[in-house]
Amino acid sequence: MSLFRAILEKPWKQQTASGLPAEGDYGSVTPPQKVGLLFFIAVVAVMFALFITAYFVRMELDDWRPMPESQLLWLNTVLLFLSSFTLQWTHNVLKKGQDKQFKIGLILGALFTVAFVYGQITVWGQMQEAGYYLYNNPANAFFYVLTGIHAIHVLGGLFVWTKTIVKYWSGAEHEELELSTELCALYWHFLLLVWLVLFALVSYT
Amino acid sequence: MTYIPIADQPNELHDPHTFISKYVWSQDHKVIAIQYGSTAIFVGLIALVLSALMRLQLGYPDTFSFIDPADYYQFVTMHGMIMVIYLLTALFLGGFGNYLIPLQIGARDMVFPYLNMLSYWFYLLSVIILLASFFVPGGPTGAGWTLYPPQAILRGTPGADMGIMLMLASLAVFVVAFTMGGLNYVTTVLQARTNGMTLMRMPLSVWGIFVATILGLFAFPALFVSAIMMTFDKLLGTSFFMPAIQSLGETLNTAGGSPVLFQHLFWFFGHPEVYIVALPAFGLVSDVLSCHARKNIFGYRLMVWAIIIIGALSFIVWAHHMYVSGMNPYFGFFFAFTTLIIAVPTAIKVYNWVLTLWEGNIRLTVPMLFAIGFIFTFIHGGLTGIFLGNVTVDLPLSDTYFVVAHFHMVMGVSPVLVLYAALYHWYPKITGKMFNVTLGKIHFWATFLGTYAIYLPMHYLGFLGVPRRYYAMGNTDFIPDSAQALNANITQAAIFVGIMQLVFIFNVIWSLKYGKKSDPNPWDATSLEWQTPDNPPVHGNWGEKLPVVYRWAYEYSVPGAKDDFVPQSIAPEDVEMLEGEGKYVDRSEEH
Repeated sequence: MSLFRAILEKPWKQQTASGLPAEGDYGSVTPPQKVGLLFFIAVVAVMFALFITAYFVRMELDDWRPMPESQLLWLNTVLLFLSSFTLQWTHNVLKKGQDKQFKIGLILGALFTVAFVYGQITVWGQMQEAGYYLYNNPANAFFYVLTGIHAIHVLGGLFVWTKTIVKYWSGAEHEELELSTELCALYWHFLLLVWLVLFALVSYT
Repeated sequence: MTYIPIADQPNELHDPHTFISKYVWSQDHKVIAIQYGSTAIFVGLIALVLSALMRLQLGYPDTFSFIDPADYYQFVTMHGMIMVIYLLTALFLGGFGNYLIPLQIGARDMVFPYLNMLSYWFYLLSVIILLASFFVPGGPTGAGWTLYPPQAILRGTPGADMGIMLMLASLAVFVVAFTMGGLNYVTTVLQARTNGMTLMRMPLSVWGIFVATILGLFAFPALFVSAIMMTFDKLLGTSFFMPAIQSLGETLNTAGGSPVLFQHLFWFFGHPEVYIVALPAFGLVSDVLSCHARKNIFGYRLMVWAIIIIGALSFIVWAHHMYVSGMNPYFGFFFAFTTLIIAVPTAIKVYNWVLTLWEGNIRLTVPMLFAIGFIFTFIHGGLTGIFLGNVTVDLPLSDTYFVVAHFHMVMGVSPVLVLYAALYHWYPKITGKMFNVTLGKIHFWATFLGTYAIYLPMHYLGFLGVPRRYYAMGNTDFIPDSAQALNANITQAAIFVGIMQLVFIFNVIWSLKYGKKSDPNPWDATSLEWQTPDNPPVHGNWGEKLPVVYRWAYEYSVPGAKDDFVPQSIAPEDVEMLEGEGKYVDRSEEH
């Protein structure tokens, strides 16, 4: 890896200005927004990993009563998958310069996402009606907390999505728009992955 | 496409036009750094006053009627929390991180200036929420800075209603603020270095801040997660951490939760937090020592690797804070092992600092005094850490003043001495004025000797078995009366040191107005921030053209050169040599 090679350098020897992006090489450097997002994704992943670790520890204690599975969660999973897929498609058509498809894709992606969040809220309602309140059992508490935190991150994604569409309306440059949709798609893939892990967790334990 | 550094991309310019956008809602990293720094020092002073109140109670029990046991525990809690998080973390990363990263790597600003501004305002919000807890019914939480449940949220603990909620809320906001800042620091270091600034040419300050930020990004989520779960336990009656419990005669609804789970989560954050504070301190002190000893830092590569190794190891030592928690005893073996291993890279750093001083042309300036003082206190606190890292030694000492002495030496005094070294070192750059040297030296000797007068006797009290966390000793057979006399002496020393910090505050403010105008590079330093066209640097830092970097930041005492140092940004052919010394040698062919 280049990072390992980088820290093997002997800085007391070299006396040149070479090193960082060579002249004309700028285009190949990852945009800072992407690096920032990758770090953010890592931070969020650590947070969910810690929640899941706590889940496993707490699960071992003897008052744990698993919740019944709501069939609606399968539909929600499909919705989130669709939104993630649509945003990737949106990015792809934007790269080809198909402006009309791009608009449709961007809006569809958000609609699927909103539907997902709405679906999650419906599941919470169902669970409450069936008497599975947050404070009844740690399994319930973890279910609400994990799905809630995930939903908040989905909504955070919609905020960035809003900024993207505002950029589009205000006639931003093609490259800038391409970066925005790429990052949106990346973040949605990550949210989908987290959701699949969480879904497996609440279904099989 | 021609090379345009990220700092000069068209979208990155955000020139301030009005007073408000220049000094209040500023996106300039230097202004944000000063905002972070002054807020942190302000809350730090509050925590200092709290510690003086605690010491008054301990030194002279039954004397001060205005300190009751509940107050005492509130002072302890708020003192610890403010010092560790709101002062040290914020000042090292928010303050020095913001100020030094762009200047030392040759960028015009952070890569996300707007996020950077938000980071400060979220930090300020977290401070306001924290301070608000002093004014709510029941006062701030008195659960100890580790906030262990179940007692943190049970009636009977001071501030168990509003106080703890505000504390948890404030921590959550702080984590958000830190994440915004942290994403900025790592991305800026990775993406916005100027031409020629390879990773291994970065000053160690940047390395320390960079790795500490990565630790923070991955450790603070643990605090966030535990704060959220505890909030649920308190507000909504869940049982994440709350076991079945009888409190004040009534049976609570909670059952089955695991308090040790909280401790694991807390220390998974808490131990890296030690290094979040220590690594920037290591970096800053390396630069100060090297500059004022007029010698290159000894073993630069090993210093960088040690920072990285310490950073990695810091995630697998957390349970050495929990030897007495009732966790599985086999864990203790593992964590004692890793704890002792982390002493190796740390010791390497200490040897390298000492060897940097060896045969150096030492200039005993005020920052240098603080930096050398740090080597003393850090070795001291580090060695007692090796004692406490062993389970068998830790068990009897865990609840005594020995632990208080240890962590104040290693995590209180040492980073604070580095902060002073750094503040004095960069003061001329930040303000353009020179501080008063005499006042600085008085401040150093009072602080350095004074803190020894506070903490050395505490080790002894710890060996005697004087327990920590107690409001008053009362009548205890195994503690001699002389222990109380010592406690009173410690209090006198603590009050003295506390008051002497006002000398520093006075010096900073007075010199701002009446200090001599400083030379742009008063310490003859090599790193980029001293080579800015304006002093103090203006918005955009570098004028028309970004600097180009030709070498590392430790080119001191160069044989035959006219000045005894060569800045990073001077081309080899432009280095002025003494007469008859020939040309400045390109050493790439040596070795």
